[in-house]
Amino acid sequence: MIAEKRTMPAPTIDPETQEYWSAIEAGKFLLRYCNACEAPHYYPRTICPHCGSDDTEFKEASGKGIIYSYSVMRRVPVPYAIAYVTLEGTDISMMTNIVECDLDDLHVGQEVKMVFSETEGDGPPLPTFTPV
Amino acid sequence: MSINGKAYIAGAFEHPTRKAVDKSLAQLHAECAKGALEDAGLTKEDVDGYFCAGDAPGLGPLSLIDYMGLKVRHMDSTETGGSSYLIHVAHAAEAIASGKCKVALITLAGRPRAEGMATGTAPRNYGPSPDVPFEFPYAPTVVNMYAMCATRHMHEFGTTSEQLAWIKVAASHHAQHNPKAMLRDVVTVEDVVNSPLISDPLHRLDCCVISDGGGALVVVAPEIARSLNRPLVKIKGAGEAPKGQMGGRVDLTYTGAAWSGPTAFAEADVTPADIKYASIYDSFTITVLMQLEDLGFCAKGEGGKFVADGNLISGTGKLPFNTDGGGLCNNHPANRGGMTKVIEAVRQLRGEAHPAVQVPNCDLVLAHGTGGSLGTRHGSGTLILERE
Repeated sequence: MIAEKRTMPAPTIDPETQEYWSAIEAGKFLLRYCNACEAPHYYPRTICPHCGSDDTEFKEASGKGIIYSYSVMRRVPVPYAIAYVTLEGTDISMMTNIVECDLDDLHVGQEVKMVFSETEGDGPPLPTFTPV
Repeated sequence: MSINGKAYIAGAFEHPTRKAVDKSLAQLHAECAKGALEDAGLTKEDVDGYFCAGDAPGLGPLSLIDYMGLKVRHMDSTETGGSSYLIHVAHAAEAIASGKCKVALITLAGRPRAEGMATGTAPRNYGPSPDVPFEFPYAPTVVNMYAMCATRHMHEFGTTSEQLAWIKVAASHHAQHNPKAMLRDVVTVEDVVNSPLISDPLHRLDCCVISDGGGALVVVAPEIARSLNRPLVKIKGAGEAPKGQMGGRVDLTYTGAAWSGPTAFAEADVTPADIKYASIYDSFTITVLMQLEDLGFCAKGEGGKFVADGNLISGTGKLPFNTDGGGLCNNHPANRGGMTKVIEAVRQLRGEAHPAVQVPNCDLVLAHGTGGSLGTRHGSGTLILERE
């Protein structure tokens, strides 16, 4: 079953994550890093959830990853694949959707790349993934 | 300070309704409170501590204490979803041990069926929570979040749908003896794996029921417990733990039970091998399997083998679980199954379970709950109770 395009609600944007969403509007995906413990984290915070330092900054990420886990939601009008994707070169996984794919041909460990999916209204697009 | 032996569960009540179109939410709470107090042989005038969670209307304890006409000197509205009520029992024991109250009332109620709530399949928006913009647009639902845990468990450990199905089969064997259970037909592994896929790899029969109703518990000081004409159900140990995404270091293979369980066992000074009966939160079959591993009833990754072949069926298996039929077959009031987990554990210790599922010489039990979502962030609560 090929994934149909699903209407996605726009994210609510607050001051803490404005920079992240503005970058996405410009076609860039940013990952938040801590300069103290050097670890990335997700979703982005100003204060590092790993070590507590407030010396954090955004860096552009490759947008490549592999599927950590997924599930195809079938008992809804438009079936869709939800997933956690582990980002390339990190131990960080983000919740996302796998789009533009055959929903019956997904697997854990599958290589995927980021594509931006439109949302309702004037909101920014969302980072989603599709099989490489 | 330990709570071991400092408080007892004197009253327990499961509301008989499973669909409450003609009752208000506050009314259900009050009916559960009345039932549990009558079960204990107490009245509302005896209550000096009150506990409720996010299912309570309005300002929680303030609204319901006022509605029920309680006069209390201690209150607690700890909210960890469906595990709240196990944690409330522990907090009530702590409050009693430190002299803050002597008779603590805990209530739960809800009417998701009457309200037509799409509990499992509709994404839930938790408002201004900081994670919402990074999750809600992707349509996380109750069922697909637990399904991702199952997918990962299958990938890492080779767990199968048939093994998960055994958990529903065991629950159905118990539910056939419970006249109030929503699903009383005994099902087979084939029935479960042939039921429609809701969200891969979970089938319809891997999911719990959706029901209205509720329940209540009365936790009391030792001298009050001994003055009542009820079996003595002692609180021996408790543990609570939150688990989340750990800043993106997501690991869906284990639950907060890996932390709350050992804490409870240490406080009670017993081991998993000592437990005669276990109430295990069963929103989905995978929930049970992962928690059994994390609580130490089997090694991580061995849950599939542990639950297979009827090992959870009372009278047949080594670890009888959820002998009321659990959330999978009996009742999951307010989409929060922690309360009914404690209630059936109390029945087992009192010898008041249905004779067909009563565990012989049942003197030590465990009750465990999960609230929130194993796929994102959840609270775990473990209780160990003993018949004195």
